[in-house]
Amino acid sequence: MSTAASRATTEIPAAVRLDQVTKRFAPGGPAVLDRIDLTIAPGEFVCLLGASGCGKSTLLNIVAGLEPASSGTVQVAGSLQLGGNAALMFQEPALLPWLTARRNVELALRLRGVPRSERRDRADELLELVHLGGAGDKAVHELSGGMRQRVALARSLAQERDVLLMDEPFAALDAITRDLLHDELERIWLATGRTVVFITHNVREAVRLGQRVLLMSSRPGRIVREWTVEVHGQRRIEAPEVAALAMEITDHLRQEIRRHAL
Amino acid sequence: MPSETTQPSETTTAPALTMNDVRSLEAGLDALQTAPGTTTRRRSVWPVLAPLLATALLIGAWQLFVLAGIKPTYIVPSPLDVLHQAVEAWGRGDIQQALVTSLERGIVGFAVAVLVATPIGILVARVRWVRLSFGPIITGLQVLPSVAWVPAAILWFGLTDTTAYFVILMGAIPSIINGLVAGVDQVPPLFRRVGQVLGANPWEAVRHIILPAALPGYLAGLKQGWAFSWRSLMAAEIIAVGGKIGFGLGSMLQQGREIQDMSVVLVAILLILAVGIGVELLVFAPLERRLLRRRGLAAETSR
Repeated sequence: MSTAASRATTEIPAAVRLDQVTKRFAPGGPAVLDRIDLTIAPGEFVCLLGASGCGKSTLLNIVAGLEPASSGTVQVAGSLQLGGNAALMFQEPALLPWLTARRNVELALRLRGVPRSERRDRADELLELVHLGGAGDKAVHELSGGMRQRVALARSLAQERDVLLMDEPFAALDAITRDLLHDELERIWLATGRTVVFITHNVREAVRLGQRVLLMSSRPGRIVREWTVEVHGQRRIEAPEVAALAMEITDHLRQEIRRHAL
Repeated sequence: MPSETTQPSETTTAPALTMNDVRSLEAGLDALQTAPGTTTRRRSVWPVLAPLLATALLIGAWQLFVLAGIKPTYIVPSPLDVLHQAVEAWGRGDIQQALVTSLERGIVGFAVAVLVATPIGILVARVRWVRLSFGPIITGLQVLPSVAWVPAAILWFGLTDTTAYFVILMGAIPSIINGLVAGVDQVPPLFRRVGQVLGANPWEAVRHIILPAALPGYLAGLKQGWAFSWRSLMAAEIIAVGGKIGFGLGSMLQQGREIQDMSVVLVAILLILAVGIGVELLVFAPLERRLLRRRGLAAETSR
């Protein structure tokens, strides 16, 4: 993990900075997100963890510029988020079924203004990066779930944004494929130096991937605790230190959930 | 875990997976998860043979009815009488003339309808106040049988081809608009968000995401629009005969009625039917099949 940046310092502008971000879906209604402060350094891999309904997807949508915050400011790559500053990957591959794998990637390039002559080669490079070099001409329905999600990853990378937001991208995959995609994502993160904000409700996944794991509370959504994962070299999801930290985090997560029992 | 002293370092420091490991693992998994034989499309003769057999059966029943002598043959002519009539009409050039006239009107009218309806459809689907104000009117027009426009069209345009075209447009345009609007409404919200995330401006979103995603609904609208325009054209041709208006299939029907020749009427009906089936088989069915197969929605491309 040599390319991974260390903690945020004042000199380097943060990749993502949230300042007192609050979100209410109705004016005067309950706060879904409550005064969230968050700074993510360039090149950092941060996992956001929380129970269903804690507002983590809302938080990600706000960072992506898909939804406005009710109050507070969001900065991505040093400028105010007005939309389109960050790449976003969903739980579903969300590939366009009338396009081939390559064309899906090319669309992202095209919408970014990459000239036609460069698109094809660039798309092939990106598909090669996710180990799908030979699948460019395949229709979406001919790809397996894992392959589709890798095409979606290639499409996100085609956006050439420094920040990659991922909303439970592997939640719908089987365990074997998911394990493999963890390795894949880690490799690509190291190779490209992107800042990754990864949402999950899978504690082990968070510990497996993140340099930092943030635990969110529900109603109102707040960041209540934070862990730094001190692992050198590649981790495996089966490793005992991953399990140990996951257990600790799970206990806190359950405490958070229990608070809502009454 | 047997005991507490089993080399804890092994799991921790085991260099997880090298790049080549991931690549080969992934290649293996990809191969396992994409089932082979997706292209085995069995060609069967039944889709062709079954409708032919059914048609033969119907003609047989018709022949039996005639043989039973329940009605005189000038009221119910036999299939062979109709065939003779058709051969004669072909010899006179009536059939060719009627077919060309009606098909030309149908195709040109339909093409104009598509050109007019598509931009309106996009506006209705995407602009809120347009939909609110004009949406119900267009739906109403779709329900109104376009034959109802024939008297008005004759008063406005006289017995000219314009009358036929006007009726076609009034039949096809609302259907195409509504099909397109329904198609746009059924675009999964996820696709719209993909457009937003990829930074598409409103025009790019329509061009690259909304329209292609709405294509199945649009095609259904086109199909219905064609059916409506073909029907209303026939109605217009029956009612508006003479003047400068050309001789079409509907005129042929009307002519058969005037000279009280049931076989001419039946020839015309069968021709109108044949055009309808032909357009479906040669134009819409292949388009639909291609569309569905490409998106992995066709029954044959099961995985």
